[in-house]
Amino acid sequence: MSTAIGNTIVSLPDQSTAQLPKRHYINNEYGLLSWLLTEDHKRIALLYLFSVTFFFFIGGAFAGLIRLELLTPQPDLVAADTYNKFFTMHGLIMIFLFLVPSIPGVLGNFLIPLMIGAKDLAFPKLNLLSWYVYMAGGTLTLAALVLGGVDTGWTFTTPLSTHYLNTHVITAAMAIFITGFSSILTGINFIVTIHRMRCPGMTWFRMPLFLWSHYAASLLMVLGTPVLATTLVLVALERLFGIGIFDPAKGGDPLLFQHLFWFYSHPAVYIMILPGMGVVSEVISTFSRKRIFGYTAVAFSSVAIALFGFFVWEHHMFIMGVSSYSALVFSLLTMLVAVPSAIKIFNWAFTLQKGSITFETPMLYCFGFMGLFTIGGLTGVFLGSLGMDIHLTETYFVVAHFHFVMVGGGLMAFLAGIHFWWPKMTGRMYPETISKLAAVTTFIGFNLTFLPQFVLGYLGLPRRYAAYPPEFQVLNVLSTAGATVLGFGYMLPLLYLAWSLKYGAIAGSNPWQATGLEWQIASPPPTENFTEIPIMDHEVYDYEWLANKTKKEVTTVG
Amino acid sequence: MDSALATTDPADLHAGQEHGHVSLPQHRHHFETVEQQREAGSFGMWLFLLTEIMFFGGMFLAYLLYRNWYYPAFVVASNQLSVRIGTINTMVLITSGFCMAIGVWAAEVRRRSLLVAMLVTTTLLGVLFLSLKYGEYHEKYELHHIPGNNFNISMFTNPAGYGIKEAPLPPDMAQKTQVFFFLYFAMTGMHALHMIIGLGILCWLISRARRGDFSAGYVAPVENFALYWHFIDVVWLFLYPLLYLINRHPMH
Amino acid sequence: MTDQATHAHLNDPEHAQHRIVTPLQYFFVYIIMLALTGLTCAAAFVDLKWANAVIAVGIACTQATIGALFFMHAAFQSRLIKLTIGAGVFVFLVMVTMTMSDYMSRSWGMW
Repeated sequence: MSTAIGNTIVSLPDQSTAQLPKRHYINNEYGLLSWLLTEDHKRIALLYLFSVTFFFFIGGAFAGLIRLELLTPQPDLVAADTYNKFFTMHGLIMIFLFLVPSIPGVLGNFLIPLMIGAKDLAFPKLNLLSWYVYMAGGTLTLAALVLGGVDTGWTFTTPLSTHYLNTHVITAAMAIFITGFSSILTGINFIVTIHRMRCPGMTWFRMPLFLWSHYAASLLMVLGTPVLATTLVLVALERLFGIGIFDPAKGGDPLLFQHLFWFYSHPAVYIMILPGMGVVSEVISTFSRKRIFGYTAVAFSSVAIALFGFFVWEHHMFIMGVSSYSALVFSLLTMLVAVPSAIKIFNWAFTLQKGSITFETPMLYCFGFMGLFTIGGLTGVFLGSLGMDIHLTETYFVVAHFHFVMVGGGLMAFLAGIHFWWPKMTGRMYPETISKLAAVTTFIGFNLTFLPQFVLGYLGLPRRYAAYPPEFQVLNVLSTAGATVLGFGYMLPLLYLAWSLKYGAIAGSNPWQATGLEWQIASPPPTENFTEIPIMDHEVYDYEWLANKTKKEVTTVG
Repeated sequence: MDSALATTDPADLHAGQEHGHVSLPQHRHHFETVEQQREAGSFGMWLFLLTEIMFFGGMFLAYLLYRNWYYPAFVVASNQLSVRIGTINTMVLITSGFCMAIGVWAAEVRRRSLLVAMLVTTTLLGVLFLSLKYGEYHEKYELHHIPGNNFNISMFTNPAGYGIKEAPLPPDMAQKTQVFFFLYFAMTGMHALHMIIGLGILCWLISRARRGDFSAGYVAPVENFALYWHFIDVVWLFLYPLLYLINRHPMH
Repeated sequence: MTDQATHAHLNDPEHAQHRIVTPLQYFFVYIIMLALTGLTCAAAFVDLKWANAVIAVGIACTQATIGALFFMHAAFQSRLIKLTIGAGVFVFLVMVTMTMSDYMSRSWGMW
């Protein structure tokens, strides 16, 4: 069954005879209602996939408009306040409606029960509810957009949001409030599932690292998101009734808002990146045919990132008049987060060392992730140091930094994961050549877009302005050109993945020769996942176990 | 989440009834055992309460900050709350929590009528709490002590004119009483909202308990709701001293 | 009924034997809770300077602990559940202390 051809480990069944399984979760039931009322985690994952893709392209459209406006120094495409609405909607949609739910909602939902050998998540109804709550939040965000937009920036900064703007702040705040509950429900579901639903033999240290990172991210969702909810309610009340909690004129303190907001929103960055790190661990292990180097260290570094994540939020506030003593402490703690992140990067690098590396598309995206996330992480250390931060805060350096982490990290990992598990989700392979082209295009476009912004920021160009001095135009044009390439790189997967649904090669149950439990069942999986609950009788990432198992299968068939 | 869960009940073994656990109609297929299902349910509920801690936590943080900043205003404003109603309400909530706990016991030992009676008592005590709370809110409304544009500080700048034995506050500090009242309304209001939701769920539980749904070994909804109800009580146990009892003894 | 909880899952941190608390035990807890409420109310009317706030919060914490342990059965739950509660309290305290570290060091001596 498995014959490695050339420099690939892909082994597909004989296409002339191969068929998709007769019954699987997609064709088990038909009709719109069977999707809208489904409690099957795999179907809910697909619902999430459609909706996050939809919101991604809306958020991406705003990114395109922003870059188009910045092509010239004058605010000539749109007026300055329209530009403010553009970047606000871009931020809100990309963060709360794409990055936070993307990997957990799609890949986490689909894979967590499969990876631990369970029939479903612990609370299937809550899972469906979380999707509906997400859609309600998304719809309300779109309503805020259609009604005339909101221009606070995604941070809802007071007193700007409470006193000085006449846009749909309350609608947007309620939208994010509601979306937060979707995140909480998902987090609770994942934690309970990972604790309570593991199959026999699936000990904590036999879990794929994907599960560890989702577990850590879920902790952050459960503990952080409610604080954001409180904060947004207070902003809405302040705006509606002028109650004064964040209003200095009445004795309130705007910095309290910042503390509460960033207490969630800094851990939120880890909610976005941790699941991505889980994806990268799976992909790198599979395509270097090795157990992840330092498995335990990588597993605990996820938990460490989640823990440290709650101790660093004030580094978003260094220039806002916080105490310099406290800033010192937070700066030091911020540097500490670099340690577990570096542990991951180093361990992946050591996994690659002397591995049988092959360069399939998911692996290319993961290489992109490693490079870009490292740059993003290291520039984060710049920003965490007090002196540099005063120079760089609120410039394009920050913009470039968090895009390297979130887009270069989170989005690259999402695309890696989508390609990696696409055969499992649909039963069909994506076309390999064009998808490699897409991965390379994305990487080039991304660097062209955001590397110039590091320079722009270092030279002092502030973010959130529609206009800029003419001497910055060359770098801005480069950035806009890069954004065009990047947009092309993101459109490609949409097209060829849709194409592959009908014309892709039949994948078979384990095209990558991967070891996870999810690869030992049919693709697409049956509705009940496992006909009988599996027993995890080997270590995780055990490629010898897989080889023995495959050999035995061949002998029994032959 | 409650409705999806079942429980095992050691009492049925004691009572010697033959009751196969797997045959519970509430057992859901994706759980291997009913025990796993019950544990998943209560763990999920605890995680939900964790989010509630953080949800109220933000407001407690704001309270701590502003109480330290505007202590004189907080003292005077707090003294305008009725400590009698506050204490009675605390007792009412503790009693309703006690009844809820007895209700869980009644469900576990399968006494249907006792369970219904306890759930009804819990509900009535909850309603009593909310009506007393409404009385307090109404008084604040009449005194223009609800934060916002109609907030009136004259009672705090000129307490003697209202027959109150407090030292008058300078106007800028008197203005800060609004911060206290905002926190008071935000925290007790959020607490009351949780109680109203709880009362809604209680009505649903009562109707199911009357049908006998929870007196045949399936206790999870009652058990998990009790966790929620006790949690609301616990929140109030902090609100009561922090809002009503800042400084009840004479300062001078 | 009190002794039955301790055999099967004794060493398993994630599971605990299900256990029923008797009405009499609930009643003791109830009386203690009421007594503590009376105590906290009475203590507020005595001038104890800074100790007033400490006593009020201390009694509230005691009540919350008793309520969680017995009314909410946390005492009979697995270590996992206890850890969960601890995590909530811990993160809440992190939020409070780290924020207060800013406010308190911003203006030394003004607190």
